[in-house]
Amino acid sequence: MGLKKFIGIRLITMFGVLMATLLLTIILVGSNMDIILKQGIGFQVRAEIVENPAIAKSFSSVAEFEAFVQDQIEQRTKAFGLDTPWYSPQRIGGTMYKILILDFGRATFLTSDSGSSDIRDILLEKLPRTILLFTTATLIISVIGIYLGALAGSKAGSKIDRFTSTFAVISSSFPVWWIGMIMIFLFAFVYQIFPARATPSIPPSDPGYIAALLYHMTLPLITLVLIGFGSWAFLVRNFMIGIMQEDFITAKKTMGISQKKIIYSHALKNAAPPILTILALSLSGSLGGAIITEAVFDWPGMGRLYFEAITVMDLPVIIGATYVLTVFFLISVFIADLLYGYFDPRVKTGQ
Amino acid sequence: MSAISAEEIRREFLKSRIGLAGIGILLILVITSIVTVIIIPGDTFKQWNNPSYWISFPKTSAPVWVNLLTFEKIPEHQILDDPIVNSKKSGDISVVNHQFNVNFDYDDFPNDFIYEFTAKYSGSPLLQMSVIRPDGMELDLLSTSLPNSKTTIIHTERIFSTDASIKKNLFLQKEQFGFPIDKMSSEDVIFSNSQLHGVQKGNYIFLVNLYGVQTENEILDSRLIIGGKAFGIMGTDELRRDLAIGLLLGTPLALFIGLAVAIGSVVMGLLYGVYAGFKGKKTDETMMRLNDVIYALPALPFLIILAVTISNSIFMMVGFLMLFGWVGIAKVSRSMALQIKTKGYVEAAQMMGQKNSKIILKHIVPQLLPYAMASIAISVPAAITTEAGLSFLGLGDPTYPTWGQILHDANIYGAAPRGLWWWIAPPGVMIAITGLAFVFIGNALDSIVNPKLKKQ
Repeated sequence: MGLKKFIGIRLITMFGVLMATLLLTIILVGSNMDIILKQGIGFQVRAEIVENPAIAKSFSSVAEFEAFVQDQIEQRTKAFGLDTPWYSPQRIGGTMYKILILDFGRATFLTSDSGSSDIRDILLEKLPRTILLFTTATLIISVIGIYLGALAGSKAGSKIDRFTSTFAVISSSFPVWWIGMIMIFLFAFVYQIFPARATPSIPPSDPGYIAALLYHMTLPLITLVLIGFGSWAFLVRNFMIGIMQEDFITAKKTMGISQKKIIYSHALKNAAPPILTILALSLSGSLGGAIITEAVFDWPGMGRLYFEAITVMDLPVIIGATYVLTVFFLISVFIADLLYGYFDPRVKTGQ
Repeated sequence: MSAISAEEIRREFLKSRIGLAGIGILLILVITSIVTVIIIPGDTFKQWNNPSYWISFPKTSAPVWVNLLTFEKIPEHQILDDPIVNSKKSGDISVVNHQFNVNFDYDDFPNDFIYEFTAKYSGSPLLQMSVIRPDGMELDLLSTSLPNSKTTIIHTERIFSTDASIKKNLFLQKEQFGFPIDKMSSEDVIFSNSQLHGVQKGNYIFLVNLYGVQTENEILDSRLIIGGKAFGIMGTDELRRDLAIGLLLGTPLALFIGLAVAIGSVVMGLLYGVYAGFKGKKTDETMMRLNDVIYALPALPFLIILAVTISNSIFMMVGFLMLFGWVGIAKVSRSMALQIKTKGYVEAAQMMGQKNSKIILKHIVPQLLPYAMASIAISVPAAITTEAGLSFLGLGDPTYPTWGQILHDANIYGAAPRGLWWWIAPPGVMIAITGLAFVFIGNALDSIVNPKLKKQ
């Protein structure tokens, strides 16, 4: 029962957070968005008249013509619902509902590789690439981190332990994107092994695209792993040290079970809950951190899309991308919570 | 949670080697900041984005100490503003002569040269420029008349090595060279051996003569710049800015951002958490739900939207970072407050009818101070890297040369693929060193305040 209630509360909180995020985003970009949309309508009307000279000819005076243009603009403004201010409850409600059902509208400037300006198409194209890079990186990091951390934790104070701890502290002090720049300098300039830009130069329709993408992915992947595994190993080490001092481990040792078996099957099993929780959290965290990293490596994923949308102020894309990022973030926080709740007996029994 | 006195913390801290290392680095950074603020004129701050301020510096040149490490000496940038001045007068004609001695002892040609002068004259005097090379050859570079003026005026001009008439003059003297010079830049010709194209080392004398007829002319200010490929201790960037100055100016900025954000968010979080914990019941519940919501907001996208839509001034940025920084601290201080609340003396104070605000500030908050100190130190690095990240994306305050801003410029001009390591490496190392100083201090404090960690 306790677990169900726990999940229920979490789900409600999550939904609240999602709505709050959406509302905040709309409030922050709303006024700018209105100005841009209205300008867009003005351009559209004038462009149509230029394309069709017959309209312009049918007027006798300039004033009459101008009045017609104004009238057209006003009609369309009304049709789009732009005559009410952006902060009116209907419009905010309408926008939020549309986004909730994943109708993000059209991008102002940006398009997907295939040329579509539907934001859903753009997001669906970019999201898998971000997941490909960052999920792969996180998984590799966690494997190396767990192995190294278990090793270091079982031999507290040894050389490998000190190395892991030092490496963790130092590697987490450098910004990932700076290491990225250094890696580009080293492996694209000094030793020309990898390309400096991670976007493949061949079009996505080409059969060799996947291979090219993987090749371009190598440098960002190495960077992410290099900077990430230290702190993972350090966390795992800390859990392990705690567990290795427990009585049941000492008992196993006196029973004559080999050190290796104790570490990798008994101790690690007990350290699993917090490790899984962190894994879920860092999977989501990696998506957020992708913005800067993708900008450095020019990786064609969500992060770079976000960055491009900001540079050209493509507000619908900003709203859509923030929403998707938030959803992913919340889902992984939720999974982390569930895991935590599942493993924590206090939550399970409802105390 | 046991109360630890300030004296105890100090004593324990002095025993911690990491903590002392952190304090040492921090001291160096603070001294650097103070020296920077004193020696670099406040004016330079505003000039960071003013291209004309940096005009006499070279583009993307390496630090000068690179020459100590390599056999091929790359030319250093030389700014000569102390010429030997002679003036003669014979009859109607007066001559002002400025002579620059350039010792050129490098294995590569200079990038360019620029002659800058300010002259006070009337009429239309003639300006002549020539160079005497180490092998004795004399090359005429330029003879031009300054703009005619009936009254005495002050005229400032820059003559660049790319000047078409310098090229033409050199071309007229092409028979002195054993190789075709028509496609070469002026500096490649002037600084070359006469028979085979290659750098001629030695002393060059640049002569500038200003001839006037029946008038007295003066060169008030005269400067010859031999554009090199190495400059200063840290080199320069694409916009000719001296990176040493940028890095120095970045130090007080980073410390300000880091400390302001850390102190601000810890104080906010502490008061919020303690109040919620102390009040309990409904207040606690509502406050913690709000806390949960902010905790679950994706910080970076929001910081970006805030910077884009509201303002990217450095002070607003500090505020935005605080908004996302206090949440975790509020959670911990709430649970600590819950424990302290049940202590006898707090209950006693409540019974004696002391005001809530007084109990919180006098009895609970002081207990949390050691923890707050550790939290401040631990939150600084994140604040610095986040600000650097935002600046790197181009969302920072462009008026201040923070380290992130320098890296942003480096990225825009493709410093990494072009191999301009002196532009990329130092700012990142500075960010990391500053972060490490606070991590060290924070860890040392944390292990004193948190007895659980002490055992390890």
